[in-house]
Amino acid sequence: MTMAGRASTVLGASVLALVSLAGALAQTPAAPTSGAAAFITSPPGATACLGCHGPEATALPSLARLSARDIETALAEFREDKREPTLMNRIAKGFTAEESKAIAEWLAAHAGKAP
Amino acid sequence: MISAPTRRHVLAGAAALAVTPMVRPASAQASARVVVIGGGFAGATCARKLHRAGLKVTLVEPSASYISCPFSNAVLGGLRELKDQTFTYEALVREGIALAPIEAKAIDGDARRVTLGDGASLPYDRLILAPGIDIRFDGLQGYDQAASEVLPHAWKAGPQTSLLRRQLEAMDDGGTVVISAPNNPFRCPPGPYERASLIAHYLKTHKPRSKVLILDAKDAFSKQSLFTAAWKELYGEMIEWVGLSAGGKVTEVDPGSKTFITEFGKHRADVGNVIPPQRAGAIAVTSGIADQTGWCPIDPVTFEARQHAGIHVIGDAAIAGGMPKSAFSANAQGKACAQAVTLMLRGEAPPSPKLINSCYSLVAPDYGISVAGVYQPAKGLLADVAGAGGVSAAKAPASVRAAEASYAEAWFKTITHDVFG
Ligand SMILES: Cc1cc2nc3c(=O)[nH]c(=O)nc-3n(C[C@H](O)[C@H](O)[C@H](O)COP(=O)(O)OP(=O)(O)OC[C@H]3O[C@@H](n4cnc5c(N)ncnc54)[C@H](O)[C@@H]3O)c2cc1C
Repeated sequence: MTMAGRASTVLGASVLALVSLAGALAQTPAAPTSGAAAFITSPPGATACLGCHGPEATALPSLARLSARDIETALAEFREDKREPTLMNRIAKGFTAEESKAIAEWLAAHAGKAP
Repeated sequence: MISAPTRRHVLAGAAALAVTPMVRPASAQASARVVVIGGGFAGATCARKLHRAGLKVTLVEPSASYISCPFSNAVLGGLRELKDQTFTYEALVREGIALAPIEAKAIDGDARRVTLGDGASLPYDRLILAPGIDIRFDGLQGYDQAASEVLPHAWKAGPQTSLLRRQLEAMDDGGTVVISAPNNPFRCPPGPYERASLIAHYLKTHKPRSKVLILDAKDAFSKQSLFTAAWKELYGEMIEWVGLSAGGKVTEVDPGSKTFITEFGKHRADVGNVIPPQRAGAIAVTSGIADQTGWCPIDPVTFEARQHAGIHVIGDAAIAGGMPKSAFSANAQGKACAQAVTLMLRGEAPPSPKLINSCYSLVAPDYGISVAGVYQPAKGLLADVAGAGGVSAAKAPASVRAAEASYAEAWFKTITHDVFG
């Protein structure tokens, strides 16, 4: 394949930039919080949890079948050293009660669906 | 493996993508185009998320399969095989991500286009740069590409891993394995010490009179007190660590005689593993996205390169402040970056992210230890959140170490599924 000439390349790119911005605005999914792209509106920190806690349980628990309340309680107990930890206390202490609640709600809704 | 027809088909698809927008009318532009360079833990994660957000994603990755560094130290220890480390892009292609199975050669950040190895060019609205690391073959006297065939680095998993394992298997009982560890920053800060541990595990089982000598360019390392205590407990005197101030910094290697030369003396190895200095993958350097350190400075909210607008850097190639260069970090950054880029393309401001890292190391098959951290933007970097993070408890029963070893394996299974499907 040959490359387009320099001048037309630049022109093409700038036209494209405008075109695609319009395209992006027109084409974004209507309800980003539901379904496949729930990560777009995930609260800070939430998606990282799924690096260890997948849709299926392993030696590490899946969060998919837990309620928001369960997750929030677990995070609070790890944060306040009220639950015997291996690692989760060190992570839970990085989030406020309010942040943890938002994470718990998001995970309860989406952890099973590879959001 | 991706079959030949599939590869051709995919390549043709990518090439078509590169030229058709030029002649299409404006209304045919379905959505913004994002090009992702590098299909590792960072790039593959980000590509999948961006695709799910409805964007047109092209993943540029020359290798048909990805061989994972995490758990490759277990391959050296004879606990796993390289095939258990190998993943393909088939799931990503099935999902509808366009794969350009070829190297990205150049980036024109002003024109917003990437030139591929065959001369084709891919225009983008946003570029995700995730090329991982390159070995600095100019960083240690005597250590060039040819030397790495004698003294493997095995810091990119694949043939180098197999070579080092074969050398360990061929070594006589009573031999010395020398590992040289680089100064910070480098890929996987606890990696050299996990490697020493699992090599010692292999030697203890098969060649108990042998030794592992770590020559280190630093005076401190990740999970140091946990590693040191576990080494004594599990391997007695088998592992010796020499830090910078005790003369551990290797200044030159002689591959012919397998000799490591430090400021204080010479160490002859029966098996030598040089973990050399590193920098961001070559494309980041040649395109000017890396700075004079060899790594890429980024905005901690958007991961956008400080050196050029429209280009976002994630994974090992980025300067991520307190975040270590790990697969866990790369995955977390891939998701946060996809969120930021999706919102930016909609004209919305991305929220300030919080990121997590956790890394397990195996000191033995049933003995795991971990480090964790939480990070947020502060003073232009991703900084540790105070009060969070740290390493496993100094004193813990064997059951806790065994649990962490099983969590390590669980993590690997979950994250590779998250990244590669
Ligand atoms: C021995 C060892 C053990 C480790 N253990 C762990 C662990 O237990 N846990 C953990 O979290 N991390 C671990 N790591 C670290 C982990 O491997 C890296 O942090 C991670 O791979 C970084 O991901 P990345 O996507 O940035 O780079 P990579 O995984 O290296 O991916 C980069 C990709 O970009 C491609 N690429 C490069 N240049 C181009 C180009 N010009 N065009 C197209 N494609 C290109 C490459 O082919 C590659 O596929 C370990 C590392 C080592 C060496």
